[in-house]
Amino acid sequence: MTRWGMVIDTDRCTGCGACVVACHSENNIQTVGEEQAKNGRAMHWLRIERQYEGEFPDLRVRFVPVLCQQCGSAPCEPVCPVYATYRTTEGLNAMVYSRCIGTRYCANNCPYTVRFFNWYEGEWPKPLDRQLNPDVSVRPAGVMEKCTFCIQRIHKGKDQAKDEDRQVRDSDIETACSQSCPARAITFGDLEDSESQVAQMAKSARASHLLEHLGTDPSVIYLKGGE
Amino acid sequence: MTTQSLSREAPLFRPLTSWRPKLILGSLLTGLVAGLLFYSWNYQIQNDIGVTGINRPVFWGFYITNFVFWIGISHAGTLISAILRVTSANWRRPITRCAEAITVFALSIGALFPLIHLGRPWLFWFMIPLPNYRGLWPNFRSPLVWDMMAIGTYLTGSILYLLLPMIPDLAILRDRYMADNPKSVRARIYRFLALGWRGTAQQWHSLESGIRTLAVIIIPVAVSVHTIVSWDFSMTRQPMWHSTIFGPYFVVGAIYSGIAVLMVAMYLLRKGMGLEFYLNDKVFNNLGLLFLTFSLIWGYFTFAEHLTVWYGNEPSEMAVFTERISGQFAWVFWGMILLNAAVPILVLSFPLGRKPLFTAIVGVGVLIGMWIERFLIVVGTLSLPRLDFTVGSYQPSWTELGILVGSFGLFVLLYLIFVQIAPIVSIWEVREGELNSASAQGHATAVNQSVETT
Repeated sequence: MTRWGMVIDTDRCTGCGACVVACHSENNIQTVGEEQAKNGRAMHWLRIERQYEGEFPDLRVRFVPVLCQQCGSAPCEPVCPVYATYRTTEGLNAMVYSRCIGTRYCANNCPYTVRFFNWYEGEWPKPLDRQLNPDVSVRPAGVMEKCTFCIQRIHKGKDQAKDEDRQVRDSDIETACSQSCPARAITFGDLEDSESQVAQMAKSARASHLLEHLGTDPSVIYLKGGE
Repeated sequence: MTTQSLSREAPLFRPLTSWRPKLILGSLLTGLVAGLLFYSWNYQIQNDIGVTGINRPVFWGFYITNFVFWIGISHAGTLISAILRVTSANWRRPITRCAEAITVFALSIGALFPLIHLGRPWLFWFMIPLPNYRGLWPNFRSPLVWDMMAIGTYLTGSILYLLLPMIPDLAILRDRYMADNPKSVRARIYRFLALGWRGTAQQWHSLESGIRTLAVIIIPVAVSVHTIVSWDFSMTRQPMWHSTIFGPYFVVGAIYSGIAVLMVAMYLLRKGMGLEFYLNDKVFNNLGLLFLTFSLIWGYFTFAEHLTVWYGNEPSEMAVFTERISGQFAWVFWGMILLNAAVPILVLSFPLGRKPLFTAIVGVGVLIGMWIERFLIVVGTLSLPRLDFTVGSYQPSWTELGILVGSFGLFVLLYLIFVQIAPIVSIWEVREGELNSASAQGHATAVNQSVETT
């Protein structure tokens, strides 16, 4: 069995935002413009939040990249009336855009607020339309979307391994955010494979989950506490 | 007795048998207001759901507030009239019809809102369990699917519950129109609607057992509807939504707002149609007492809900709580307490306060207050998500306001049309009540005769 997971080392994160840009271009996420962003319609499957630690003047900012936590017990899934979001056998919260009717119930029940709604149809002014990723569908207005753990890259990695008649290796698949992180703060892999880098890192004493007390069993693990 | 009751019944028949200029004008005006709903909705479909003010994290706004509000109002009729019928409360007789009509219209409008609020409303049928080319059932674990089924059942039930006791009255109308001109379209329509009612003992027996059975069935259905509406919220784990009290709290709130709209409607019908005989002070007094009871129960639930949250002192719950009690929503919250608890309890406790005009004024206040309650629940929680990075705010757009105003127009329009196609007071039930008190005779034959003499 496979369970895709991610380890984010917040001690390494510099908050540069390269992952956010990479995510946008990999996944055809629309940019909504200043006016809409002001109204709370900005869309970033991955966003960098700031956590303030300590009191002034001993203030320290910690950057926390927040994305869909691909929960093992996801609050968004049971509330969807049309199975537009469901759990795959590989531990992903998949979104089926063509099933989504836009009740936005899933987003209301997500404690991490990582679901994004297409209030309008996306626009890619020329020549930006040419950089759309052909492996990822462009979502219509009125549907929900969120981080997929770059499922297109997962498929590609598995296909390639199959062509070469071998198992998927730990380094085969990388998400756009982990690939673009200059500080190597993001690592992606199979949590069930005890040899994998993420499985090793998940054992760290610095590891924790976001809002762990809610029992959502996230697949994203944060490392925090070292220097 | 017959001539006397005929002159009393005259105001009921007036809008049915002749064109009333005021009613026509009122229908046209409210029709215009109702048009606002369809205009705004069409605008929203053409230009996408982004024309609303909802955003992340406030994914639900006015539409869901209106949905809960209208579904709540629909508990006026069927539930109240069923409870009063089951308990054989005699004073119910003049108000059952106008209450049941409120249910059907408010429910139809309420059921529109989940569709209006969808991102892709033309795909709403994905929620219906039909064998279809998608080869996929709806997700029966989702409260929204329960919702759709509960509302569907309630709408079907309350339409039946409105129509069934109307049969003898429709027969009275049929006989009038047939006497006027048996070939007229109107006579034919009513002949069809009266379903061959002749007033035989057998028919009376079937009708009464039908009404009694429906009344018993419809009570649990109505309770389940608003419980499930509350579960749309309490099945999530959002702060101040995830609460076990929500089911009964919403049912009580629904009946409360239902009585409020009934008080206003009764006052307007009494004034507008001259129904002082039917909707008399005694009826207002009795319903006013029920109204008072529900304002007390509502106040108790609200207190219990907020006290437990405050005492529990859980941080994410407290964030929503504080915003409500002393933050940006404070004036709305305390306004709600004023309109829903303070004023009704003060006014309705005194016999003078249960006079028609005062109950109607209190009713308007309670309607506003109950709308606020739903708004606070929806927006208050959503604007403060657990991860406090994304604190939200919400400003309704013109489209949302247009649809809200339009929904009121549509409701009044449907009601005005109804007054022109059916007697708004159940004629046979009132006659039956009079005969019951006048004599100990078998009422079926007596009412039957009085139906025949008209």
